[in-house]
Amino acid sequence: MAAVQVIRSEWTKIRSVASTVWTLSLAVVVTVALGMLISALSRSQFDRMPARERLNFDPTVVSFAGMTLGQLAMIVFGVLVVSNEYSTGMIRTSLAAVPQRATFLFSKIAVAAALALAVGMATSFAAFFLGQSLLGSHRTEIGDPGVLRAVIGGGLYMTLIAMFSMGVASMLRSPMLSLGILMPFFFLISNILGNVDATKKIGRFLPDQAGSRIMQVVPRVDDDTPYGPWGGLGIMGLWVVAALTGGYILLKKRDA
Amino acid sequence: MIEAVGLTKRYGDKTAVYNLSFQVRPGAVTGFLGPNGSGKSTTMRMILGLDNPTSGTVTIGGYPYRKLPNAPRQVGALLDAKAVHGGRHARNHLLCLAQLSGIPERRVDEVLGVVGLQDVAKKRSKGFSLGMGQRLGIAAALLGDPQVLLFDEPVNGLDPEGILWVRNLMKALASEGRTVFVSSHLMSEMALTADHLIVIGRGQLLADMSVKDFISANSADFARVRTPDTEPQLREKLTSALTEAGGQVLPEQDGALRVMGLPLPRISDLAHDADVRLWELSPHQASLEEAYMRMTQGAVDYRSSIDQRAGLQQPLPPGAQPPMPVPGQGQPGWYAPPPPQQGGQPFTPPQGAAPAGPYGGPAAPGPYAPGAPAGGPNPYATPGNQAPAAPAAESSPQPSAAPVAAPAQTAAPADLTKPEDAR
Repeated sequence: MAAVQVIRSEWTKIRSVASTVWTLSLAVVVTVALGMLISALSRSQFDRMPARERLNFDPTVVSFAGMTLGQLAMIVFGVLVVSNEYSTGMIRTSLAAVPQRATFLFSKIAVAAALALAVGMATSFAAFFLGQSLLGSHRTEIGDPGVLRAVIGGGLYMTLIAMFSMGVASMLRSPMLSLGILMPFFFLISNILGNVDATKKIGRFLPDQAGSRIMQVVPRVDDDTPYGPWGGLGIMGLWVVAALTGGYILLKKRDA
Repeated sequence: MIEAVGLTKRYGDKTAVYNLSFQVRPGAVTGFLGPNGSGKSTTMRMILGLDNPTSGTVTIGGYPYRKLPNAPRQVGALLDAKAVHGGRHARNHLLCLAQLSGIPERRVDEVLGVVGLQDVAKKRSKGFSLGMGQRLGIAAALLGDPQVLLFDEPVNGLDPEGILWVRNLMKALASEGRTVFVSSHLMSEMALTADHLIVIGRGQLLADMSVKDFISANSADFARVRTPDTEPQLREKLTSALTEAGGQVLPEQDGALRVMGLPLPRISDLAHDADVRLWELSPHQASLEEAYMRMTQGAVDYRSSIDQRAGLQQPLPPGAQPPMPVPGQGQPGWYAPPPPQQGGQPFTPPQGAAPAGPYGGPAAPGPYAPGAPAGGPNPYATPGNQAPAAPAAESSPQPSAAPVAAPAQTAAPADLTKPEDAR
């Protein structure tokens, strides 16, 4: 079975380069450490917060605060997994060995996504428990309604963001170009579009804005978001499907 | 068996490969020659199904590569020795390729041994020399023990020992009945390795024949004959005697004669009969390199600039012969060698291919075309011009039926500088 062979091969590829270890461990460390820092700060500042913010205070979201930066490492991981093939020229050797390009691309993405899922879940749970332990009396429990969903959702969110990057990288091929577009987009542009009133209505359908909804437990006051937590994750999933489909169509049509 | 039929590849309005048809047979090493940018690598990529031909087909054992059952066990290829992730161990690189093709892990260690990389198997390929990279690439091609092997420039960067090793490896693979297709521009290497040659120039087939035929078809083997300088009438006498006997006689710049079409003993006999003394009678045999240079001159896309080379030649005294890659070229009275006949198509620029390019202009007859009304200044039109022509201005030995505009165009600027050289 060709797919099994490709999956084994991709596993060898992914574990035999240093960039995998670096990007993934950076994602874990940044997300967890920053989440802990923000949690500790929130605890000490809570009493000085305005009433409106206190009402909106969502301890789960606070412990995931590091994900804004941690997701960037996930993006780098996703981009490098795919674009390494192109920047080294290895893609020719790979496609000569596996002429079925669909098998090749989707096996590669399956392996990388499985790894991202494992790391993402571990990160999400670690960030949650360590963050909550620093929140003191403002903490929430994993058994509270919606909290487990948010923590699992955090792991899924990190996986999907990595997969989206893989799709974009397989369309653009160049690591520099892919990172140059994805990093500023997810770090700045999407946040601006999703929070400025003028663009909010469209901005909140962007992959990270929609996807991060799953990590909210406490509903915001005057929240008019037209989708729920799973709906948001679904919108992000559609973005991922679109990026991967684009990547596949281009890979199939293009000369390697 | 690799078979290409009417293979054409265009990138935008640039034609990389045009109407290429050839067969690569098993049991022989087939050399794939052509100047830089002539489409060798593009053709190799199309064979491997990496690039889609604009038109035409190429099949391996009757199947297009993408439909070939169990392709990696049937075809092995070395396309680019640097196409490895520098941070990965050599062994891991081969291991992931082996797993991709369902090849057992022990085969990885076998091929590492075959190419002599077992000691650096756990080293990152980043630190590999070009030669080690080539060995790693060859190891990857051998992984599946395939019946068809493609190598793109396999000896680049190898040391003499490595070159010898590659040569013997190719021959051994071919003698086992495999199809071996090797591209190179090292002619001397191909002369020793290949049995059969496919030569392309600017994307088109120039020749498809055995090495032996290629040399004899594209080289003008000749004899140099010199009569005593003191007695010019002897030279005239010998010329007419040799011409009468069916030889082609051309005067050389230094007063010697270039005789084609007569064996050496016969020339000696004829001279004896005509009572002409000889000061020199020497054979001149063309190598594969010379034959190749003659054939592909007109098809070279990238060559060193004319000005630079003309400048280098300025110190030469008038009449002195500059070092030339092909003897005879650029000398007054040098004639084009016989055009490639069997197997080779006359070279015509593809229609619509880079019309504004330096070679794509409206076809004008080459300077040597019989009875050619020289469109531009013809450096060789004036007999007795003693100035050494710049080698860059060498005309192409194209078949007169289908000349390219190139020679006339490249010759013109060089010609303008020549009077200054001669002064």
